Amino acid sequence: MSVGVGVGLSGDAGATAKPAPPALEAIGLSKRFGTVLALDDVSLQLERGSVHALLGENGAGKSTLVKCVMGYYPADAGRVLVGGLEARIASPRDAAALGVGMVYQHFTLVDNMTVAENLVLARRQHPFIFDWAAEVKEVAAFMARMPFRLDPGKPVRMLAAGEKQKLEILKQLYLGSSIVILDEPTSVLTPSEANEVLGLLRGMAQGGQGGKGGKEGRLTILMISHKFREVMAFADEVTVLRRGRLAGRGRVADLTPDAMARMMVGEEPPRATQTRQAGPARATVLEIADLSADDDLGTPAVTNFSLRVRAGEIVGIAGVSGNGQEELVEVLAGQREPSAGRIEVSGTRYRARRAEMRGLKVRCLPDEPLRNACVGAMSVAENIGFRRFDRHPFTRGGTLVSGRALRRNAEALIVEYGIRTPGPDAPIGSLSGGNVQRAVLARELSEDVAVLVASNPCFGLDFAAVAEIRSRLMEARNRGAAVLLISADLDEIFALADRIVVISEGRAVHETPIGQADLGIIGRHMAGHA
Amino acid sequence: MGAQTGGGGVSAAAGVALGMVGGAIRISTPFLFVSLGECITEKSGRVNLGLEGTLVMGAMAAYGVSYLTSSPWLGVLAAGGCGVVLGALHGWLCARPRVNDVAVGIALMLFGVGLAFFLGKPLIGPTAPHLPSVSLGWWSASGQVRSALQVNALFVLGLVTTAAVRFVLRKTRWGLVIRTVGESADAARAMGYDIARVRLLATMAGGFLAGVGGSFLSLFYPGSWNEGLSSGQGLMAVALVIFARWDPVRCLLASLLFGGASALGPALQSVGVTSGYYLFNAAPYVLTLAIIVLTSSRDRALLGQPAELRMAR
Repeated sequence: MSVGVGVGLSGDAGATAKPAPPALEAIGLSKRFGTVLALDDVSLQLERGSVHALLGENGAGKSTLVKCVMGYYPADAGRVLVGGLEARIASPRDAAALGVGMVYQHFTLVDNMTVAENLVLARRQHPFIFDWAAEVKEVAAFMARMPFRLDPGKPVRMLAAGEKQKLEILKQLYLGSSIVILDEPTSVLTPSEANEVLGLLRGMAQGGQGGKGGKEGRLTILMISHKFREVMAFADEVTVLRRGRLAGRGRVADLTPDAMARMMVGEEPPRATQTRQAGPARATVLEIADLSADDDLGTPAVTNFSLRVRAGEIVGIAGVSGNGQEELVEVLAGQREPSAGRIEVSGTRYRARRAEMRGLKVRCLPDEPLRNACVGAMSVAENIGFRRFDRHPFTRGGTLVSGRALRRNAEALIVEYGIRTPGPDAPIGSLSGGNVQRAVLARELSEDVAVLVASNPCFGLDFAAVAEIRSRLMEARNRGAAVLLISADLDEIFALADRIVVISEGRAVHETPIGQADLGIIGRHMAGHA
Repeated sequence: MGAQTGGGGVSAAAGVALGMVGGAIRISTPFLFVSLGECITEKSGRVNLGLEGTLVMGAMAAYGVSYLTSSPWLGVLAAGGCGVVLGALHGWLCARPRVNDVAVGIALMLFGVGLAFFLGKPLIGPTAPHLPSVSLGWWSASGQVRSALQVNALFVLGLVTTAAVRFVLRKTRWGLVIRTVGESADAARAMGYDIARVRLLATMAGGFLAGVGGSFLSLFYPGSWNEGLSSGQGLMAVALVIFARWDPVRCLLASLLFGGASALGPALQSVGVTSGYYLFNAAPYVLTLAIIVLTSSRDRALLGQPAELRMAR
């Protein structure tokens, strides 16, 4: 397999008198993974000095498209032109040599190195022996020309998510990339950080360094997104993908969010079938009092966190990822010991032991369910049975586990929860993300639930699965469960929560009922400037 | 074990201390080379548990070549060469899909030891020329001091290697690439580095040093080839790297500490304390266990650990 491109021309296109060719053009790219056609004859054109948005649902082929362009893996068919010339891009290094750089969704920074080391590292050429003092000085001089700055000597693991994203962008500018591809650049940023970063990028596309001018010239930006607000506010043009095919394109000014949504989904997006039922205020079921916990490096991640969740209520915890949410969920799920504080469920001390989870009916939907809530190599039936396999009727005489009983139980739940699996005996690791989440939901919700902790339950799932899982959460609430929803997606929190608590640096910094929730105020608290 | 002889007006306590210094230098040498080698390999994000096998193979090869060519230094080179080959085998196997580096390491450890015993059968008996030692005790009139500071040439080479490894890892392009591959395969891939190749080369370099460490055993101390030559130094050295938090200078200190503790029993014996001899011989292991227990934590990750380094993947 190879990219179907002809001549191996490389280098800058140079300025021509003719109408400028697109900065980057992809023609008829196709890519197949096994039996799945991930990308089917998709073309894309980026005008020089523009911000182009690539819209699409999860699995629509956006990442596949840009990774083919970047040479991360070869396309099965199609051509890529940079500055109007055929380009042979077999690896990200080749792309970099043509001035095409990419900011990946997951940071490709080295946490245990400094800002300066990370920048120098990304450069194409390195001396054999480094003069670090001179390198740091040069990086500082580069920073001084940039619209945003970071301390070159600071280790990357000390940077906030927003700073890491800025460093990724700085890295591309440092490398002299003239075309920058960003994969969901704002997924880990607060709304105000997102506005700042996107505004700066737009400024650079429109002319020089955020209005400062400079020899780096105008940037061309391709931004993968699924946030209409950002596309409307910051992009000039948009290309929409659906199930690996081109679903539409045009100037953002000519399109409405509704039109783009229809291109993305094809039809009306499915709505949550369960609606919020009003009810009288009920008793507190989950009470977290002055809870503190450390992260893996021993630094405090959750600090004096207090919270009460009543029966029949969803409390949404909003916050930028990495502000202690993960550690909080791990404490509630029994994966981490708190360093201080107390958790009570229905008035009884809760230490996340197995017996307590069973007795107090505490259930959990953690992040990355395949890693945190399943054993990938074990069967769907066994995974669904984890909570109850050692009880009647699954275990007889206190020792013998009945595979048949587990399978029968699983078969019923597979039907009820619509889990698409070859059968109850298939390893759960072979299922798609949405079906793994459905299996975990089936396990956690099939019995009476008093407390449900759900952390980013819809992350990475498609529209249909998202709607279904949200309606399951709402249904659990309506049945009287106390639901704690931790999500990095503010839309999700606004859609589900009765009350919102903002977590920042491990503390609960803001609380508001949904009726009085204000996006601006919540964003400021998330960013820690309130 | 070699008890110190000689008199002079040195007190018993000083005698024990001197004995421990001499012993520390002598015993630490193989640990130093193996741990430096493993440090390079682990910095690239891979564990090679096979270095015990490399050590024994190195000892055998060094002895054989030294015996055949009458040049101990050629023996050292041959030992390093054996290490490179075994390291390449490890690196190549680990680059196959779904291969676990720990399992490969254990297999290669047994393979290396077995192969060395097989090939080394004819070498039990003949005497090969030894490596020279360097006298660092010329300034002292005391025979004990001079004898303690009769330092083997490989230890001096080890000091130089420590500095070199530190320099390469910190200040050179190779070091930067090795560290990047070990810290974040994603970042390295985004930069276009061939991760398997970098790890292969780092494992080969690590194998070279471990092989050189083996040559010390057969060409200096104990100084002959037999099947009881290594008592797990190769494995202990791998543990020392974790203990040293993947820092070459701390590898040196950890090796010296371990060597010093190992010399406690013989040193005490040399001044007449014989009770509890075997108990004192266990000192290095007790010390290592104690330090590992004291410095590790249930809910804290090891600082300095290359992020790509996981015992099971």
